[in-house]
Amino acid sequence: MRVALLGGVYNNYLALEAACEDARARGCAKIYCLGDLGAFGPHPDKVFPILQEYGVECVQGNYDNSVGNNREDCQCGYTDPTDNHYAHLSYQYTLANTSPDNRRYLASLRSEIRFTVDNRRVLLCHGSPRRVNEFMWESTSPTHLLERFCDDYDADIIAVTHTGLHWQRALSDGRWFVNVGCIGRPANDGATHVWYTILDTAQPEPVTFVPLAYDHERLAQEMEAERIPSEFIETIRTGYWTTCLEILPAKERKRGIC
Amino acid sequence: MSDRTRNTPEMSQSAASRRVAKVGLDSLDNLWFQVGGTLCNLACEHCFISCSPQNDKFKMMSLAQIQPYLDEAVVLGVKEFYFTGGEPFLNDEIFDILEATLAIGPATVLTNGTIITNRRARELARLEANSIYSLEIRVSLDGFDEPSNDRLRGKGSFKLALNGITRLVEQGMLPILTAVQTWSEAEHERMLAGFKQLLADIGYTRPRFKIIPALDLGAYQQNKIGPAVTEYVTEEMLEDFDRSQLICSNSRMVTNSGVHVCPILIDYPDSRMGESLKATTGEYRLRHPACYTCYLSGAICSNFSSGGQSER
Ligand code: SF4
Ligand code: SF4
Ligand SMILES: [Fe+2]
Repeated sequence: MRVALLGGVYNNYLALEAACEDARARGCAKIYCLGDLGAFGPHPDKVFPILQEYGVECVQGNYDNSVGNNREDCQCGYTDPTDNHYAHLSYQYTLANTSPDNRRYLASLRSEIRFTVDNRRVLLCHGSPRRVNEFMWESTSPTHLLERFCDDYDADIIAVTHTGLHWQRALSDGRWFVNVGCIGRPANDGATHVWYTILDTAQPEPVTFVPLAYDHERLAQEMEAERIPSEFIETIRTGYWTTCLEILPAKERKRGIC
Repeated sequence: MSDRTRNTPEMSQSAASRRVAKVGLDSLDNLWFQVGGTLCNLACEHCFISCSPQNDKFKMMSLAQIQPYLDEAVVLGVKEFYFTGGEPFLNDEIFDILEATLAIGPATVLTNGTIITNRRARELARLEANSIYSLEIRVSLDGFDEPSNDRLRGKGSFKLALNGITRLVEQGMLPILTAVQTWSEAEHERMLAGFKQLLADIGYTRPRFKIIPALDLGAYQQNKIGPAVTEYVTEEMLEDFDRSQLICSNSRMVTNSGVHVCPILIDYPDSRMGESLKATTGEYRLRHPACYTCYLSGAICSNFSSGGQSER
């Protein structure tokens, strides 16, 4: 079975709509979102009707848990003060602009989704199977730990998001770990497109990363109109991250320019 | 590290307010190696385990000593590996050790930066390029000019450390400058700007920083925990406390004499929990004044556990 896995949406409803259309066109039977519907972008409430329209099933991310339960901060897990400053700005904006109904929906989401198809047990979660805000970067995730996750959490394929950068690793016995990246902002690689993931459980190598162009200029203009910090808008226009960089490990940081 | 606030003794009825808290290992995420022992080419005034060229209380570790722990770490699911001392680059086997580590996971080296030559910088860059995992180099400075740094770290150390950072940057590495915040909040922006300028001057235009909060002697007063009756951590104090803030809930420290509960306490003989990692997954009693400080200034610990670390 072919399904689409979307990472953090971060209020980027334009990318969300483009991804859902693209996934349908490519024959995906179902669309899943791995959580973090809100963050950097404009108009949080525009995300929810699209989820409904395309029947997207969502995992609860740290952001969703925070917004849904009216918590003080986004629980993103940043440790640098500047990172936290920016994280807080977008959190305040998202919290203030998400309707009570949508907040209730966010609070109701599950922390993981499981299904078995083609004899493979698939586990979708947000940060890692053990913690909603664990950062799973390619260059700091030892293979032995990923194997252990599969053992401990009874899964053959584990998919996560939370970091915003996509990568995958083949494990023993045909098992697989994938970070699906995010559709909310570009992958710090100088390109304006974002990435989502197609999982085809019938294939021995089940993961395909799909670059997705969307109307990023329109998003940037709407962000400007909403007076969202220019640092976030720059990222949408340049493809490079300008905030929340301190959590990037050396290898991932080198790929960007900031 | 073990400054305490003098508290007025107070009688308490609850047993939990008197019993020493115990913290077990939730998962062994971070494995530390005292790879340089207590030997260092510097002898900083604030070094809390008093490293120096003469202090060999803890010996340097060889790859043969470290390898069994790496093997065990794979079984236990360790996520990150940290190498400290003393000065790790005084250890002749450090590159072999890092190579063996980078074959299984990410590595971070805490160094004073003063002996990073061209050859060493090249070797580090090569090791990282050959691995899928990150190799982080954290270089400690105490100020952005010679007087403020050398006052604490010794004459000439500023120039040498800066030279080391330059060598790393030339090799395309992105070293992390680590400093303990010995300045006030009001001065913070100015200090940060000073460090940035210093690094820009040597061609490092996208620097990375880890500013470690200094132990705040007033932390006790600002803390909302109410008056404590002890100078150790009690069960009651941990009741609504996020234990993951404590390094001992997710880390262990390996030295040449065995496995210790955390990197902070290695000077205390009872911090040694056993010979193998497996033998040290049990609970540790937070009986030390240092634990109390650690508990009060959770930020330091969270810096540790997320990869940041103050040098000893
Ligand atoms: S603080 Fe670091 S550089 Fe200074 S003596 Fe201690 S180990 Fe050496
Ligand atoms: S010093 Fe801190 S990390 Fe070490 S055992 Fe005590 S509380 Fe735990
Ligand atoms: Fe997240």
